[in-house]
Amino acid sequence: MNSELRGILAIWYRELKVFQREKSRLVGAIVTPVLWLLIFGGGLGSAVSITGLNYQAFIFPGILAQSVLFSSIFFGIYIVWDKKIDFLKEVLISPVSRTSIFLGKVIGGATDSMIQCAILLVIGWIFGAFNIIPGLHLTIFSFIFSLVAVAFMTTSLVSIGLIIGSQMESFEGFQLVSSFLLFPLFFLSGALFPINRLPAWIAPFTFINPITYAVDALRHIILGVSQYGIIPDLSVIAGLAVITVIIGTFAFEKMKL
Amino acid sequence: MPIIETKKLTKKYRDLVAVNNLNLRINEGEIFGLLGPNGAGKTTTLMMLTTLIPPTSGTAVVNGFDIVKQKDKVRASIGMVFQDPSSDDTLTGYENLKLHGMLYNIPPVEREKRIKEVLKLVELTDRKDELVKNYSGGMRRRLELGRGLMHYPKVLFLDEPTLGLDPQTRDHLWRYISELARRMHISVIITTHYMEEADMLCDRVAIIDAGKIVALDAPSKLKEIIGGDVVTIKSKEPKLDSIKQLSFISKVDVKKEIVSLTVANASTHLAEILATIGQVDSVEVHTPTLSDVFLHYTGREIREDTPEGGWANRVMSFRSKK
Repeated sequence: MNSELRGILAIWYRELKVFQREKSRLVGAIVTPVLWLLIFGGGLGSAVSITGLNYQAFIFPGILAQSVLFSSIFFGIYIVWDKKIDFLKEVLISPVSRTSIFLGKVIGGATDSMIQCAILLVIGWIFGAFNIIPGLHLTIFSFIFSLVAVAFMTTSLVSIGLIIGSQMESFEGFQLVSSFLLFPLFFLSGALFPINRLPAWIAPFTFINPITYAVDALRHIILGVSQYGIIPDLSVIAGLAVITVIIGTFAFEKMKL
Repeated sequence: MPIIETKKLTKKYRDLVAVNNLNLRINEGEIFGLLGPNGAGKTTTLMMLTTLIPPTSGTAVVNGFDIVKQKDKVRASIGMVFQDPSSDDTLTGYENLKLHGMLYNIPPVEREKRIKEVLKLVELTDRKDELVKNYSGGMRRRLELGRGLMHYPKVLFLDEPTLGLDPQTRDHLWRYISELARRMHISVIITTHYMEEADMLCDRVAIIDAGKIVALDAPSKLKEIIGGDVVTIKSKEPKLDSIKQLSFISKVDVKKEIVSLTVANASTHLAEILATIGQVDSVEVHTPTLSDVFLHYTGREIREDTPEGGWANRVMSFRSKK
């Protein structure tokens, strides 16, 4: 087998093993979105409804996107930990190129996020089927196409996380990333509210936020409603994936130990 | 042809010259020690030779490949055991080795064979399926040593291999390292600030201080430079003038009440010395150590009690942080 290909597989293998061992991470990644959905969605949903849709059904795609957003970015930033324990040196000293190491990491992080997402989709299907969330009807097609959209989304977000992590020396900036990157991306994405009647000062931020298009794509796939249409949505998130992977390989080349 | 040759290898960090115009030749199959205090430039040298950091100027050839222009080929020729733990503790010993085999593109059948081989070598076969988290510091070092050998490198680099380990484990590791080097015909480069380690293990030692080599030879040759045994006498009123008359004494050093004498063949002359010096509180005779050599060249003692944060300590603190 080609040595670079086996190198990518090696990194992927490691990430899957870590994912498999650290079950608490998976539990957290499943429980938090379910709480949002049931408690936040249920509470606010008793007061508002959105263009004929049950509020909980409306935010389901947004909550999916939220779980992908947080887990992907944190996965990437976690490379700081590899640096700390010198595990990264062991990898960097091997004959595998830095590009392959980066790609292995991206595929590893994307796999984690997609497994989480698949579990959430099954939970969503159960909630819909048992009428816990009326109006949420997941089919095998929405299941598959959601995962396709999530694949693009997580690829770019893991890359962004790795870019940030590769330039960070310690976890000190961690909190800042949460406050200044993750929460704005989430709140400005239309995950929790429709974006067609926003105040004028928020609208531009929503428009330039790539997560908006991921949420919109998922909403189209799962609920059949969308603001921009599926083709523009997918184009934006696929384009972002390509750009971030390119920047990421570059950042890895430049990464200092 | 030497397995490693450095040519004016230099690394600067702003105003600090960590490694200064280093010219070194290391032969195939030898165990070579870089001995020096913390901050002397040992680890920096290793990091450059293993392509992890680029030199500021100069270069080096490792196994015939240039460390700046042929990084990939250098990397395929070397194995490294880092000062800090570099195995993944959420994986088992076996999984760490499998990962390493994949990174070095060893085909699966051959990989399994070599994993068995190195596990046997470092005596971890029956612990292979345990998480590295549960390994002791010594076991983890052994795993990483075995891992560094798995792809049959031509050169093995060991950065402070026994830092923070207890004396028993340390002895054990020394035996491993020298046996391995002989059996697998690889060159071993170790950095250390333990005199005893350099003395026991290395065929040749370079004493490095402030980024420069101050002495380079076999440990026994280096010790010959001292020119005899060292006799240390504690005396309140030593008759130094008479002592200096004695022909077999080559050097007299006085610090407060302590007189250090360098004596050719101390055992036959000790009686005469004691008779000459007068009132003696205590006396100690030792053959020269590399500590004496280091002192001779740098005028300073090498301090063994200042670990840069011991290896095992760091493992502990990382674990508790997690």
